[in-house]
Amino acid sequence: MENAFTHSKVNGVVMKKNDNVITLLNDIKKGEKVIFFINESYKEIEAKEEVPFGHKLSLVEIQEGEIIRKYGESIGKATIRIQSGYHVHTHNLIGMRGRGDQKDEQKRGL
Amino acid sequence: MTKLNGYVRSNGSVGLRNHLLLLPTVICANQVVNRIAQQVQDSIAIPHQHGCSQVGEDKERTHQVLVGMGRNPNVGAVLVVSLGCEVINAKEVRDEIAEAGKPVIWIDIQEEGGTIKAIQKGTDIARKLLKDIESLQRVPISLSDLIVGVKCGGSDATSGLCSNPALGNAADKLIANEGTVVMGETTEIIGAEHLLANRAVNTEVKQKLYQSVERFEKEIERMGVDMRGGNPSPGNIAGGLSTIEEKSLGCISKGGHAPLQGVVEYATEIPKKGFYFMDSPGNDIECVTGMAAAGVTMVCFTTGRGTPTGNPIIPVIKISGNEIISRKMQDNIDIDVSEVLIGKLSLEEAGRVIFNEIVEVANGKQTKAEVLGHQEFSISRIGISL
Repeated sequence: MENAFTHSKVNGVVMKKNDNVITLLNDIKKGEKVIFFINESYKEIEAKEEVPFGHKLSLVEIQEGEIIRKYGESIGKATIRIQSGYHVHTHNLIGMRGRGDQKDEQKRGL
Repeated sequence: MTKLNGYVRSNGSVGLRNHLLLLPTVICANQVVNRIAQQVQDSIAIPHQHGCSQVGEDKERTHQVLVGMGRNPNVGAVLVVSLGCEVINAKEVRDEIAEAGKPVIWIDIQEEGGTIKAIQKGTDIARKLLKDIESLQRVPISLSDLIVGVKCGGSDATSGLCSNPALGNAADKLIANEGTVVMGETTEIIGAEHLLANRAVNTEVKQKLYQSVERFEKEIERMGVDMRGGNPSPGNIAGGLSTIEEKSLGCISKGGHAPLQGVVEYATEIPKKGFYFMDSPGNDIECVTGMAAAGVTMVCFTTGRGTPTGNPIIPVIKISGNEIISRKMQDNIDIDVSEVLIGKLSLEEAGRVIFNEIVEVANGKQTKAEVLGHQEFSISRIGISL
């Protein structure tokens, strides 16, 4: 059966079709194509910067404050605008849970 | 039909190993149990940091873990060693273990007259206990007798992509055969708890799950910190996991798809068959220890970064979806399911590979953690030292 992994050139996985990030199956250099399986067909996207294995790349342009989705669920929100094809990680994605630091700021009215 | 053999204890519980456990009730007894273990091969000592200067629920939890380790069906007999002035009541520890229907003997260092005498007496007793349990034979058991913990640690992006969902498939197969699966790590369902809660058999179970998460998150709030950096850890982050939500969403697939029968407290015996959640820290050793004390007889443990975790009394099968780590740390990794990521293995097939390993390990095959002597033991604390 065909799935996200069966094509030999596949080097990225989109867990659910409404995700806005893709997880890479190997290290990707700037300008390299990322091939993935979505909606029963193979698609590709160009990486705009180097991204390591296991890390995420934006599939579409993501606005500041927008929810970032993987597994079809929220994994946090973007701290800046992220154009498509860029590395999405701790430098531009923050979690919204387990944030004792933020609750404190809210309490202080910041 | 899957052929399984195990040790049936007199209370009906079923063990997959037959250990002689040397149990110190307090840190002060560690040296004595360690010396006895040196004299009596095949006995297992579990030195720890606790047992004194503790009160309330914190003391109760330590007591429960010590008793739970002794009661675990993988343990055939127990030698309890106390100092004599600690807060843990050694007599109660002995009695509660004995209720599980196995030989338990208790010695006290102050009573015996010091370290050397306690080591001498303890060594004699341990040799006798070992002789008694060595004659026990494995007998046929069934898959419904298995109580398997599912755990992940040192996760990377491959954990959520393949090793956890593969383990989830194995978990489903166990439950389809009336086995029991226990998942822990409350911190690592944060952001994914709604998916797990949807599987709860009733509102009460659902609420208990949400309450467990809320308690942890309130603690983070009290500390006024962003948990990122602690969990996900620096290694998780290097492996591509950006937030606790992302880590959690990858984590929960290891529990499969079965209905959630209940949420149990840390180190508390699992009441019935099926899928359970144990309210526990994500910390590998504390979580696996809590599972062992709850009567879990084997743990399946996925790792992408590579972690050597074992346990003194229960076999821990290490599964990785990271091909490089599986190769680099082949001493530690029992199963490599990374072929899922290149389309050579389906998640269903990977689940079957794990399931078959569970059967073999249940029948006595040594896990790599057992071969290497990984016997990490750590009791989760919830109070201050006095």
